[in-house]
Amino acid sequence: MNRDDFIGYAVPALTLGMGLVVWEAVVRFFDIPPYLLPAPSIIISTLFTDWPTLSSSLWVTLSITLKALLAAVIGSVTLAVIFAQSRLVERAFYPFAVAMQVTPIVAIAPLLLIYLSPTVAVLVCAFLVAFFPLLANTTLGLSSADHNLVDLFQMYRSTRFQQFMLLRLPSALPYFLAGLRISGGLALIGAIVAEIAAGSAGQGSGLAYRIVESGFRLNIPRMFAALLLISVAGITIHVLLTAFSHWLLHEWHDSERASET
Amino acid sequence: MSKIVALRSGGGAAASNANRPTLATFKGVDKVFANRVTALSGLDLEIRSGEFLSLLGPSGCGKSTVLRLLSGLTSPSRGEILWGCDRPEFGFVFQEPTLMPWSDVFSNVWLPLRLAGVSKEKARARVEDALAKVGLAGFAKAYPRQLSGGMKMRVSIARALVTRPAVLLMDEPFAALDEITRLKLNDDLAELQSSLNATVVFVTHSVFESVYLADRIVVMAARPGRAVAEITVEAPPLRREGFRLTATYADTCRRTSQALHVAMGEAPPSELCQ
Repeated sequence: MNRDDFIGYAVPALTLGMGLVVWEAVVRFFDIPPYLLPAPSIIISTLFTDWPTLSSSLWVTLSITLKALLAAVIGSVTLAVIFAQSRLVERAFYPFAVAMQVTPIVAIAPLLLIYLSPTVAVLVCAFLVAFFPLLANTTLGLSSADHNLVDLFQMYRSTRFQQFMLLRLPSALPYFLAGLRISGGLALIGAIVAEIAAGSAGQGSGLAYRIVESGFRLNIPRMFAALLLISVAGITIHVLLTAFSHWLLHEWHDSERASET
Repeated sequence: MSKIVALRSGGGAAASNANRPTLATFKGVDKVFANRVTALSGLDLEIRSGEFLSLLGPSGCGKSTVLRLLSGLTSPSRGEILWGCDRPEFGFVFQEPTLMPWSDVFSNVWLPLRLAGVSKEKARARVEDALAKVGLAGFAKAYPRQLSGGMKMRVSIARALVTRPAVLLMDEPFAALDEITRLKLNDDLAELQSSLNATVVFVTHSVFESVYLADRIVVMAARPGRAVAEITVEAPPLRREGFRLTATYADTCRRTSQALHVAMGEAPPSELCQ
């Protein structure tokens, strides 16, 4: 690890550490009760004592997020490929995709809950939120192949399939991956928002329900612990998708040039 | 060639050039784009087999359109293009290297063969041969972004050569390169053309590049695009750096510049090549 890397990691870690120390000190000095603001030490210990409940909720939320993301990837890429074949199909369906995106998911959730079981409704909400950035980016990517290369393919009498596989798909890859990074975070947000709207309790309840429930019971340390887990899950998704993107693009794409040494 | 003023004919190189069989003839070719811009109007042009023909003119004179018509990417709005015998195989080099950044050099050069259904193993010898011709043997595994501008252009030329085309169409291929790289690539291209015995149609807006490389220069004017003058370069085909110091070079540059100024509707400056 060189000096710049060290500073890159050490400085934010130091900021975080100092923030936590100040937080702990303020809580202790003013004797703030845990149901108003718990100290970091209490949040961490709650995380351990409530781990069985929290971990099963974390798993529920994560599995919904990942299923929704997977469904969004499959659905959006399929639709983008269909759009790329025909301008007419794109014109026919794109406005509806936009309408889905701009309608707030919390507003759609109650409607979905009428028709679907809570678990499926939450999954559909997360899917809807994650779907659009992937669709928009992949559609853009598939139509942004270098026009000189398109000419070159035509000159050598390529088939449509060859042009698609060898030119349009690779051209779209960086766009798709940028969409994937956005959608990864959004799928988690969609899942949390929908869980809160659904308010489903019992065995199959996710982290968002734990937050609502802790609020009712004034169990604020657990609320913070659940919040912490959501943040960590979001960061982990982002880091993993960034690594995936780097793995696919580092050999050729300009966006990865800075990381070359 | 009624509309073209032949500024000079005869002489050693010119005579041998005139004897070459005709590859393609443009007869009164118009090209009007969908946006009603007239790219070419009444173009008469003869391309001879094995010659190095340079199309010289200001931007908007339809030079690139001539290449697109030849390669079959577009067809004339009026007039016709007659082929000497069969329509030949083409190689095309763009102003930009136009490589696929996600593929290594080998796969980029393999592309034309791949599109024709030639497997990687069967293409290997020809790809390596093409790379050797442009001086890039041993770079097969490099990715385009690891190469300099000049090397990328060499890859682009290798890709055009890999199908062993009879005709090489080049659209201002060296315009984006620095002077030193350009001079070196000019020499290498001249050598390649004479060893391959290929026809080259070379679009440029550099008078000096035209005169150094071409057997024949067709000067074009813009709005509408048309051929206005033809200049034969009176020198043996494979020229060396020393050619730039000769009186023939200076004289041809002067005449070409004058023709270009006339094409652009300006009065020709009297002392150009001083």
